[in-house]
Amino acid sequence: MPVTDRRILLVLALVLAAFPWGVRAVGAVSHYLDVMVFAGIFCIVNLGLSLLMGFAGQISLAQAAFFGIGAYSSGILTVQFAWNPWAAMPMGMVLAGLVAWLVGVPALRLKGHYLAMATLGFGVIVHIVFNEEVRWTGGPSGLVDIPGLSVAGTPLRGEIAWYYLVWGTVLVALVFCLNLLHSRVGRALRAIHQEEKAAEAMGIPTARYKVQVFVLSAALAALGGSFYTHYVAFLNPGSFDLMWSIRFMLMVMVGGMQSLWGAVLGTVLMTFVGNEWLQVFADYEVLVYGSILLGMALFLPDGLVSLKSIPVRGWLRTPRSSTEGTQR
Amino acid sequence: MKATARWSQGMAVVMLAVALMWPCASVNQARAAAEEYLIGAVFSVTGGASFLGEPEKKTAEMIVEQVNKSGGINGHPVKLVLYDTETDATKCNLAVKKLAKHDNVPIIVGPSTSGESLAVVKVAEEEKVPLISCAASYKIVSPVEERHWVYKVAGSDSHVVGKEFDYMKAKGIKKLAVMTVSDGFGASGREELLRLAPEYGIQIVADETYGPKDTDLTAQLTKIREQKPEAIINWSVGPTQVLAVKAWRDLGMRNIPLYQSHGFGSRKNIELAGGGAEGVLLALARVNIGPLLPDNQPQKAVIMDYTKRYADLYKEPISSFGGHAWDAVTLAIEALKAVGPDRAKIRDYLENKTGFVGQHGVFKFSAKDHNGLGKDDLEMVVVKNGDWALAPWK
Repeated sequence: MPVTDRRILLVLALVLAAFPWGVRAVGAVSHYLDVMVFAGIFCIVNLGLSLLMGFAGQISLAQAAFFGIGAYSSGILTVQFAWNPWAAMPMGMVLAGLVAWLVGVPALRLKGHYLAMATLGFGVIVHIVFNEEVRWTGGPSGLVDIPGLSVAGTPLRGEIAWYYLVWGTVLVALVFCLNLLHSRVGRALRAIHQEEKAAEAMGIPTARYKVQVFVLSAALAALGGSFYTHYVAFLNPGSFDLMWSIRFMLMVMVGGMQSLWGAVLGTVLMTFVGNEWLQVFADYEVLVYGSILLGMALFLPDGLVSLKSIPVRGWLRTPRSSTEGTQR
Repeated sequence: MKATARWSQGMAVVMLAVALMWPCASVNQARAAAEEYLIGAVFSVTGGASFLGEPEKKTAEMIVEQVNKSGGINGHPVKLVLYDTETDATKCNLAVKKLAKHDNVPIIVGPSTSGESLAVVKVAEEEKVPLISCAASYKIVSPVEERHWVYKVAGSDSHVVGKEFDYMKAKGIKKLAVMTVSDGFGASGREELLRLAPEYGIQIVADETYGPKDTDLTAQLTKIREQKPEAIINWSVGPTQVLAVKAWRDLGMRNIPLYQSHGFGSRKNIELAGGGAEGVLLALARVNIGPLLPDNQPQKAVIMDYTKRYADLYKEPISSFGGHAWDAVTLAIEALKAVGPDRAKIRDYLENKTGFVGQHGVFKFSAKDHNGLGKDDLEMVVVKNGDWALAPWK
């Protein structure tokens, strides 16, 4: 891991650790911790998606389906079979990974729009299964009274405990993904994204790597889903439909696809924008949300992280450097 | 090239900054008026269930305005703190948490749908804030030991089934054919129909299902006809309930009475059936049929008053869903009037509330029943001359 990444990680960890005290001191934002728990859960999903989209260059519209597979695995195993939630969690990840492998082997041979359509179709199928398998999933009326998590015999209660659990997991996943990116596999992935044929010519087993990343992203999504299940204690298929796959993708894109930091930043920001900051617009909330996305797509196509590349001094100065600007 | 890029990036930063600063201003405003009594509300104003949330929001706003015009609650003005859930369980969960912790409301009305309600049951319990859901699922208030703080004002499917079975029993019907749609609404209805039939001495002779997007139900009804039932009951919402009526008429099965669920309770359905719905029977909440009620019916006055005020203000007819919001918000106001903005006292007040005359019935809450409604809060109606009429029991 490069020094810069390590420094950012340290700063992030410190900021996250101090966050609960910060928001508690300011009464008006004391409920931000609740939003942050969901943001953290979505972060776990989006780290995998960022690896897949930003680095391996594969589009997936099935992330909500894997999120749902993890969620329903945890829900069904704990409610119907009285499993310990901590045992159900890895089962969900394994199951999601297995499904991703089965789907990924044929689907990842497709490229561009076709891959997007294949994953979209798969996501819809999973959603239908959640809806129709009433005996297991509770169908459209949902699965109720899912037990919460407990650590060493004490049930996990309150936002602070959940906040630290979820964001602790995010940090661990982040370290794992950063290390992966700076390994041989990570370099290979970037090569695939840049030019798949060239990568193949260099002897990189592109198909295998693509499937592996797909499986990893599915497992991470499932982990996020398990946390969601035990946190909300209720599941219904509405939380895992195509709209959510698109939302996950938007979060990653707003932050910046080419960077894991972007995924974290975009997820936190969009969770707050979608659930909290736009409430004042009341009836016009959806319109403002749309305009923000449109604005981002027009003016910041590479996401928020691309802002760091503009040194503030140069930005304020007159644009005399326009001659050098054409190459990028 | 680069200059434009920089300018546009600058614009993006400014836009984002404005979006982030905006809420801070409104927070200060909210703090200034502390004398008010707050009522929290979460409705699906947009999204998939906006047909529920929209009339609920309008009704809630109308009632609060009305109360404030007449001097508020014991002199305290009322403020409705309303969040749109966009029919999204996650967003609803966060909105209820915000109402409980940040806005510090003494009571919450909503959510609109069963899914969202079930996603916030735990929040209401943990935050110890009374919540009056406007959705139907019985799971929202049962097991009642684990739903200390949660109430609901919409009736359950079992009430509708019970009422219709009562009527069938009075008509001497013993062999019933059931047809249901394979979605949440149909599945829940089917469960109750099959569960309650033996209690009323009714035998289910056919049990057909179909998809919510099916375009023809002739096959199901043909199979049903072979079983020679004495009545048919269809349980669905949307286009399929009209298709059932059309197939029933086209197959010439009028000699076997067709019952529908309360989902059929919109005049639009009678119109869509194009005259074919004559004779269709169903159980409806009285809010749908205000003008038909006899003058001595206790609910008549509140229903007619609501119908008139709503039509005057919004120039559109009331709906059954708006009626749920009327019941929930009026209950909240009565609780605030009686015990003030204290969560625990409001909860106890609600639990002991009996004889509350609302749009959907005369509520009798108790420690065992956080719904307070029963099958007697419904009326059997029949389609007659293209409109509803009270069904004759003799």
